[in-house]
Amino acid sequence: MLPLDSVPPLGPGRVRADAAAGELFAGAYRRAAFFGGIYSNYLALRSALDLARSLKAEAVFALGDFGAFGPHPDRTVEILRSRGIVSIQGNYEEALSTAAGDCRCGYVDPRDNHYARLSFDYTAANTAAGHKAWMGTLPRHLRMTLGDRRVLCCHGSPRRVNEFLWASSTSDAFLRKLLDDSQADLLICTHTGLPWSRFLEPEDGRGRRSYRGQRSYRGQRSCRGRRGIVNVGALGRPANDGRTEVRFAIVEAAGAETKVEFVPVAYDHARLAAEMGNEGLPPEFRETILTGWWTTCLEILPAKERAAGRF
Amino acid sequence: MTAFPSVPMRGLDTVWFQVSGSVCNLACTHCFISCSPSNRTHAMMDAASVEAYLEESERLGVREFYFTGGEPFLNPELVPILAAALRRGPATVLTNGTLITARRAGELRAIADGSRYSLEIRLSLDGCDAASNDRIRGPGTFERILEAIGNLAAAGLNPIITVTEACEEALGAAGRAGLLERLRGLGLARPRLKVMPLLLLGAETERTRGYREEETLAGTVLAESDADALQCASGRMVTAGGVYVCPILIDSPLARMGRTLAETLRPFPLSHRACHTCHTRGLNCRT
Repeated sequence: MLPLDSVPPLGPGRVRADAAAGELFAGAYRRAAFFGGIYSNYLALRSALDLARSLKAEAVFALGDFGAFGPHPDRTVEILRSRGIVSIQGNYEEALSTAAGDCRCGYVDPRDNHYARLSFDYTAANTAAGHKAWMGTLPRHLRMTLGDRRVLCCHGSPRRVNEFLWASSTSDAFLRKLLDDSQADLLICTHTGLPWSRFLEPEDGRGRRSYRGQRSYRGQRSCRGRRGIVNVGALGRPANDGRTEVRFAIVEAAGAETKVEFVPVAYDHARLAAEMGNEGLPPEFRETILTGWWTTCLEILPAKERAAGRF
Repeated sequence: MTAFPSVPMRGLDTVWFQVSGSVCNLACTHCFISCSPSNRTHAMMDAASVEAYLEESERLGVREFYFTGGEPFLNPELVPILAAALRRGPATVLTNGTLITARRAGELRAIADGSRYSLEIRLSLDGCDAASNDRIRGPGTFERILEAIGNLAAAGLNPIITVTEACEEALGAAGRAGLLERLRGLGLARPRLKVMPLLLLGAETERTRGYREEETLAGTVLAESDADALQCASGRMVTAGGVYVCPILIDSPLARMGRTLAETLRPFPLSHRACHTCHTRGLNCRT
């Protein structure tokens, strides 16, 4: 096993770009790690890269939103670029590379947009022009295979970079449609910040379909199934559960099973919060890092996800 | 004659049900379809017909369901209907709250807990005191709405309070902040709020005015992103009398697009005056 930082996950000949579709074919794997929104949490990113290596991931992919929320956005981008981590655009990369006026997060409530504005303005002002240009070169989607599964990686949903795929608001019927439309067996996404996965079973012959099961990360390290979705959560902020660890996902094809592991990442969160304070970021953001409970951008949450948090 | 822009159908994300027809126990002065105890324009839907549309929706890749009226809780089968929807996807019910007793709130909590999908309860309010609210929703309704909020909160449910722009507090940041504070005072520790523009249709035309001649989309060229933002690009409304383009235009015969949902998955010309409100104000009836 070669160290992750010495071998780019994609060598020449394994990469095939479809520029028109904004897609990159990223190769064939059995077990890979997927990082959700990093939100400038470069300390968690470092720890997550070490963990992914120790957990024998064959490659690491970053699914967008490298900046936002946290301090010193360039530090995260420099790690991703220097390590050759194959990455796609999130709404932040789309917005920063096109000099858009806001983050295009997809919030609708003024309370959410208030904090989204603070986060975006800080990140836009503190991201180097060269990094913004690099963000503009990134594909929107990655395709790959995990075992014999066709995988599509996106930021929000296959059809919109800022579509929120929450566990409690994504019906099986809709998931099936997304998979059919994108000609994929497995959809891997982020954007919501909350990790979850669900696997479908084929039609049972009566016109109705049943599902194999849904798992949040709580108390469950893997789930079984073949066709489904993995929302990998976020490295940038905790999962609104009162724990300070952040998470990424390792997905492995193992015969008929697809194993999904949401890996908790401990890191120096006190240091991150202190740096956020030094940079003048809102105290509400620091509180989330220090307590594990979301304090902002809560109005977009569906009822179940909202009820699971403290605020 | 100037052409109206046409909105494409991108996919059936959202299916609405006019589940109690046009019957309501209130007669709000801003109701765009003039629902009232005596309005029988649209019939109530029964659970079997809702079930058939739920199944069709599922085959078409639906993401979410919405239930409205009239007052949905006048439909005696509403709770089982919501439970059936929640077996297939997230569901939202739009209610005036006046029929949400403690027992009913408990039933809602039970079906919410029984599903892996979210149940959203959208509860209408038109002011932070009886004087402003009751002027629109009717005498005594403010107290009954507060009781419903209390019943839902006691059952551990957090409704989304929906306020129209007829409520002056909803206009402007300071007004909204005050409104949220009042809602906290009403027992909602984490108040959720949606503010809706008014539609100049139905009873509202008597309270304020109807659409003016210039309020039309005739000759407008829709940008693709504008079209995608319209709810008619991704949703349809099911009534007892067929499927309509959206929840707003059910009193317009031209807006009835078919009997089945599949028949209605085609573009729609934005020829109605109310289309102007959706386009210019970004109105979306979804949460």
